[in-house]
Amino acid sequence: MATNLVRRTILSSSLLSRVSTTTTTTTPSTWKLLSIRAFASEAEAQQIEPKAKDSSKMKTFSIYRWNPDNPSKPQLEDFQIDLKDCGPMVLDALLKIKNEIDPTLTFRRSCREGICGSCAMNIDGCNGLACLTKIESTTPTSTVTPLPHMFVIKDLVVDMTNFYNQYKSIEPWLKRKTPAETPAKEILQSKKDRAKLDGMYECILCACCSTSCPSYWWNPESYLGPAALLHAHRWISDSRDEYTTERLDAINDEFKLYRCHTILNCARACPKGLNPGKQISAIKHKNEFGAR
Amino acid sequence: MKRLTGLQKQVLALYRGFLRTSRTKTPEERNKIESIVSQQFRRNAIEVDRKNFIYIEYLLRRGAKQLQQLKTVDTVSMFTTTPSPPSPPPT
Repeated sequence: MATNLVRRTILSSSLLSRVSTTTTTTTPSTWKLLSIRAFASEAEAQQIEPKAKDSSKMKTFSIYRWNPDNPSKPQLEDFQIDLKDCGPMVLDALLKIKNEIDPTLTFRRSCREGICGSCAMNIDGCNGLACLTKIESTTPTSTVTPLPHMFVIKDLVVDMTNFYNQYKSIEPWLKRKTPAETPAKEILQSKKDRAKLDGMYECILCACCSTSCPSYWWNPESYLGPAALLHAHRWISDSRDEYTTERLDAINDEFKLYRCHTILNCARACPKGLNPGKQISAIKHKNEFGAR
Repeated sequence: MKRLTGLQKQVLALYRGFLRTSRTKTPEERNKIESIVSQQFRRNAIEVDRKNFIYIEYLLRRGAKQLQQLKTVDTVSMFTTTPSPPSPPPT
């Protein structure tokens, strides 16, 4: 992109200089200005051009492969990618591999801009969205594996059933005891109440946080995990929801909630920059001190 | 009789689950489901290496998911595709 722009400026300025040399009507001052510009961009070009040439850089991607139709032991397969003709993100590299090298490589992806949460995977040991993770150009190899401690369906695709069931178990919808004042209209909320949801409503359920949590690794069935608890707190703090107490009681459990030992890997992993650990401690606080 | 391993028990439990669930469907469909299920289990019993735990566990999880789907009242029948049926997709 940047080199393209530079090239375009070189082209236009050289054209301009040619024009200025051929036309005699231009005043000396404008000619001078144009020629200076041309020289400046040429000097720039001399700096840029060789860089663009030797930026052809090979990088190896070791990608976890396992195919249920041909069941053998899972293994890492290496793919060589030229970073020069590849986009900047890990997802670009994966798509390039799928398009050009091995069409059987399987992974989930959709929006390529970090809003769908489909492409969550473990890249160089850190959970993240492939579409938001830059390719590390300084290291010769990168390892891409599925989310840790999840059952693999194929290659980088994991079984999210348990994760979604846990999300479902916190009843992530608005529950009311009293009917709305004006039927078939939205229930209004003050700006202050709305601000309480900031840092929670942004969650896209990519499962990066839950699968980075050691406590979730050991109790994936009984512990709800950071993502589900973050959403639980999202509904607990919602001013329009009238089941706050019931919601708090439902998750006030040694396993469901209190398996969180504030390891805070979740906050580290979250590609949206949220802090599930903070929200979980807020739930604990509400449970202890009854800020209901 | 030799004592069964945990994995073997899980496989048998899954098989029993399918047979029990097939009783809730109509008699014709029940026969169809039973034949598809037993065919799948018997084929995998021969084809799958008994030490390939990763694959057996994968099949168990997939089977459990399919059983879950079969259990819903909306599911009335089960189909399988030939010639290479990797799974009986419950519809």
